[in-house]
Amino acid sequence: MTVAVKFSGVSRHFGKVRAVDNVDLDIAEGEFFAMLGPSGSGKTTCLRLIAGFERPTAGTIEVFGQNMGDVPPYKREINTVFQDYALFPHLNVIDNVAYGLMIAGQSKSVRQKAADDALEMVALGGYGLRKPSELSGGQRQRVALARAIINKPKVLLLDEPLGALDLKLREQMQEELKVLQKQLGITFVFVTHDQGEALSMADRVAVFNEGGIAQIATPHELYLHPQTPFVADFVGSSNVLPAPFVKKIVGASYPASLRPEAIQISSQGHAGVVRSVNFLGSATRLSVQLDAVTLTVLCPLSDSVPNIGETIYLSWESADMHVMEGVNV
Amino acid sequence: MHSDRAPFGLKIAAIAGLAFMHLPLLLIFVYAFTTEDKSYQWPPPGLTLEWFAVTWAREDVWEALSLSVKVASISTVIALILGTLCAAAISRTRFFGREAVSLMVILPIALPGIITGISLRSAFNLADIPFSFWTIVLGHATFCVVVVYNNAVARFRRVSGSLVEASMDLGANSFQTFRHVILPNIATALLAGGMLAFALSFDEVIVTTFTAGQQQTLPIWMLEELVRPRQRPVTNVVAMIVVMVTFLPILGAYYLTRGTDSVAGQGK
Amino acid sequence: MSDTLLGRISDTLWRNPRLLIVALLAPPVAWLGIIYLGSLFALLAQSFFSIDEFSGLINYEFTLKTYGELFKAYNLDIIVRTVTMALAVTIGAAIIGFPVAYFAARYARGPWKALFYLGVMLPLWSSYLVKVYSWKLILAKEGILNWLFETLHLSRLLNAYLSLPIVGGNSLSVSTTGTFLVFLYVWLPFMILPIQASLERVPHSMLEASGDLGATPVQAFRTVLLPLAFPGIIAGSIFTFSLTLGDYIIPQIVGSSRRFIGQAVYQYQGTAGNIPLAAAFAVVPIIIMGLYLWWAKRKGAFDAL
Repeated sequence: MTVAVKFSGVSRHFGKVRAVDNVDLDIAEGEFFAMLGPSGSGKTTCLRLIAGFERPTAGTIEVFGQNMGDVPPYKREINTVFQDYALFPHLNVIDNVAYGLMIAGQSKSVRQKAADDALEMVALGGYGLRKPSELSGGQRQRVALARAIINKPKVLLLDEPLGALDLKLREQMQEELKVLQKQLGITFVFVTHDQGEALSMADRVAVFNEGGIAQIATPHELYLHPQTPFVADFVGSSNVLPAPFVKKIVGASYPASLRPEAIQISSQGHAGVVRSVNFLGSATRLSVQLDAVTLTVLCPLSDSVPNIGETIYLSWESADMHVMEGVNV
Repeated sequence: MHSDRAPFGLKIAAIAGLAFMHLPLLLIFVYAFTTEDKSYQWPPPGLTLEWFAVTWAREDVWEALSLSVKVASISTVIALILGTLCAAAISRTRFFGREAVSLMVILPIALPGIITGISLRSAFNLADIPFSFWTIVLGHATFCVVVVYNNAVARFRRVSGSLVEASMDLGANSFQTFRHVILPNIATALLAGGMLAFALSFDEVIVTTFTAGQQQTLPIWMLEELVRPRQRPVTNVVAMIVVMVTFLPILGAYYLTRGTDSVAGQGK
Repeated sequence: MSDTLLGRISDTLWRNPRLLIVALLAPPVAWLGIIYLGSLFALLAQSFFSIDEFSGLINYEFTLKTYGELFKAYNLDIIVRTVTMALAVTIGAAIIGFPVAYFAARYARGPWKALFYLGVMLPLWSSYLVKVYSWKLILAKEGILNWLFETLHLSRLLNAYLSLPIVGGNSLSVSTTGTFLVFLYVWLPFMILPIQASLERVPHSMLEASGDLGATPVQAFRTVLLPLAFPGIIAGSIFTFSLTLGDYIIPQIVGSSRRFIGQAVYQYQGTAGNIPLAAAFAVVPIIIMGLYLWWAKRKGAFDAL
C-alpha cells in the first residue's frame, strides 16, 4: 500500500487556539477518506494544511513521500473543491474549468477539449458558455468538481462539497462522487460534519474532536465499535452507558456503548419509565429512564408503542454492549 | 396603510432641498451666455455665444487647463498604485496596526485642507525644495489615495479569501493570481476610484495654493478671477465648462459601481 | 514556471506571509508617513517656537509663548467667531438636509432613488470654486436675489435685515449672512449622505411597529426615527464642522472683513511670515475636531460613515 498523505505530529495553532493538535494520520492511495467532526473540530484546517493554504506550526506533512513543508499550493499536485465552490465570477464555465490548464500554458484547443470532457464527466455538457451566476447550486458544484479534476491531481480535497445542496440532490451527488472516484482512481479526502454522509461514502473515516483525532476506522467498525463516548454519541447517536452501570452488568469499570436498535422491549430485564415518544416514520424513538441512566430505544413499526409514564422492561445481548476500555473513567 | 406615500410637507421640503443644491449651478449656465460684461446683472440683458470664442482664444485658460489635466493624471496614477496596495494589505489580514494605517490614509482628507497645505509648504521650505509641477502632484496624490482606497477595499474583501485560494490551488502563483483573478474582479472599482481621484485633483484649490508657487492650475486661475475679476464673462464660461467636465467622471463612477455594496463617491 | 523570477518571489511570499504585507504596505506607508505625517509634525513642532518681534526671524527654542498669543482678545475673537459659524452651518445643514435624506432613504424608489442619489452626489463633487462663484453671482447687488426682493416689493425687509449688527452689512455679499449661506450651500451634501446612510439601515418595520403601538407620526419621528438617525447627523456634522473650521476661501470671497481661523492661518504664514503663530492657529481646529470626534465616537457616529 502506498501512502498518499501522511501527517506526523502535525499541529496548527492560531495564537492560543489549537485548531489542530499533534495529529498523526495515514491516507492510502486510491482511498476515499472522510474527515468527520463538528464545526471547530479541526477537520477543515487539516484539509487546508494538505492543500497548502495553511502551514503547520509543528510536524510534517508528506504527500506520496515528499515533504510538503516548503511547497506552495500552486506546486502541489492536489486540487480542492471549495465549500462555497469559489468559481471565478468573471469567467464562464469553460474558462473556469480550464483555468488550471491555462495557467499551465496549454494551448487553447487542448484546453477546450479537456474542459468539454471534464464537463461531460460531471453531466454538464453544453453549459460551457454560461457564467457561474447563471447556474443553480448543484450545477456550480459540478463545475467546481470539473475544475478540480481537470489537472488530474494525485489527491482531491472536498470541503463539505454537498453542504449547500438539498437532500435529494445530495443523495444523488453522493452516488456520483463514489462512481467518479472509482473511475478516476484518485485519492479523495472529504470533509463533512454529516455522519450519514461520511459513513455511506468513505472507505475510512477519521472522527475529529477538539483539534485531535478521536478514532480512525472503517464506517462499519466505527459504527459498531466506537472507542470513545464522543464517537459513540457523534456517529449514529449510540447510548453511552456510564462506568458504574456497566460494572454492575459485566464487572469492568469502563463506559460502554449500546446502539438504540440493539435494545428490545421485553417482558423482563431492566425496568425503566418511558419519558418521551417520537414517531420517526420508519420507527418510533423512545426515551426510557432507568434509575440514573436515560436510554434511547428504537421501537420498530410492527411493535406496539408504550405510553409516556408507562414502566417497561428492556433487554439486549451483552455482545452488543461495547466496553470502551481505552477511556479513563 | 398610508406608509408608502410621503407626507406632502416632506415631499416639498425634500424637493426644495434638492432645488437649493442645483439652482445655483444652473445659474452659472445662464451667465455663460449673458451679454453683460461689467457686472453680474440679473436678468441678463441679452444672450450671446461670443464669450465662448473669446475664452477659446485665451492662452492663459488653456495653459491652466493643461496643467490641471497633467497634475490630475499623474496624481491619479500615483493614487491608484498607493491606494490599491494599501487596500490589498488591509483586506488581506488582520495585522497589528491596520487601524493606524487606515487612519493615516483618511487623515489628509479629514483634516482641513489648509493644514495639509501649510504643512507641505513649510516642509518644502525646510527641505529647500523649489515649487514645481511635482510639488503640486505630491500634495494631490496624498489626498487622492483615500478615494481609490475606499473604492478598492470593499471589492478586495470579496475577492480575497477562497477565490485567491482556488486560483493558487489550480497552479497559479501570486502574480498569476493577481493578473488572472484579482485584477479582473477589482478593475471596475479601480476605474471608478481613479475617476473620482481625477475629479478631486482637477478641482482642488486649497492645498494647491500652498504647493503651486507661481504656477496656475485651472482652480487657481478661477480663484484669481474671483478675488480680482478681470474679464467676468470668460470666468462664467470657464465655470460652466468646469461643472460639465467634473460631472462626467462622477456619472461614470456611479454607473461603474451601481448595484454593488459600496457606491462610489461617498468617501469625499 | 518554477524557475522564473516571479515564481521564486511568489514562493518566498508564500513561505513568509508577513513579507507580502510589508511589501504591499511599504510604498503607501512610506509616502503618507514620510511626506504627509512628516510635514504635519514638522508644522506642529514649529508651533512651539516663537518669532522674534524685532528681527522677524524664528527663534528655535521651545516655548509656549506662541500658544499664549492665541488667547489675546483679537485672536480669541477669531476662534469664537469660527466655531460659532461652524455650529450655525452644521445646524442649518441638518435642518435642510434631513428631509432630503429622509425622503431619499424612505420613499424614493427606482428612478427617483437614482435621481436623489445623483442629485446629492453631483453637487458634492462639482467644483468647489464654481459653487462659491455661483453665490457671488446670486448675492451681488445687481444679482438675482436682490432682483427677486425688488420684484416682490420686499426690498425694505431685506434692508432692515442688513442693518442688523453682526449678521448684516452693506449688502448680502459682504455680510456674515452671505458667508453663512455659502458655507451652508457648499457643505450641505456632506450632511445629507451620512444621514441617508443611517436612515437606510432603519428597517421599515421598526416605524410600523411604533405606529402599531399607538404612536402618532410625530411621536414616531421623535422617539424612533430621530434617535436612529442621530449617529448619521453627527457623522455629517463632522464634515460640516471640520470643513467650516478650516476654510479660508469662502469668507475671503463672500463676507465681511472679520476674519476666520483659516484666513488667520493663511495670513500669518504668508504676508506676516509668522509660521509659529500660523502653526499654533492650525492646531486649534485639530484640537476642536479631536474633541468633537472623541464625543462623536462615544455616540456611535462612526458606524454611519
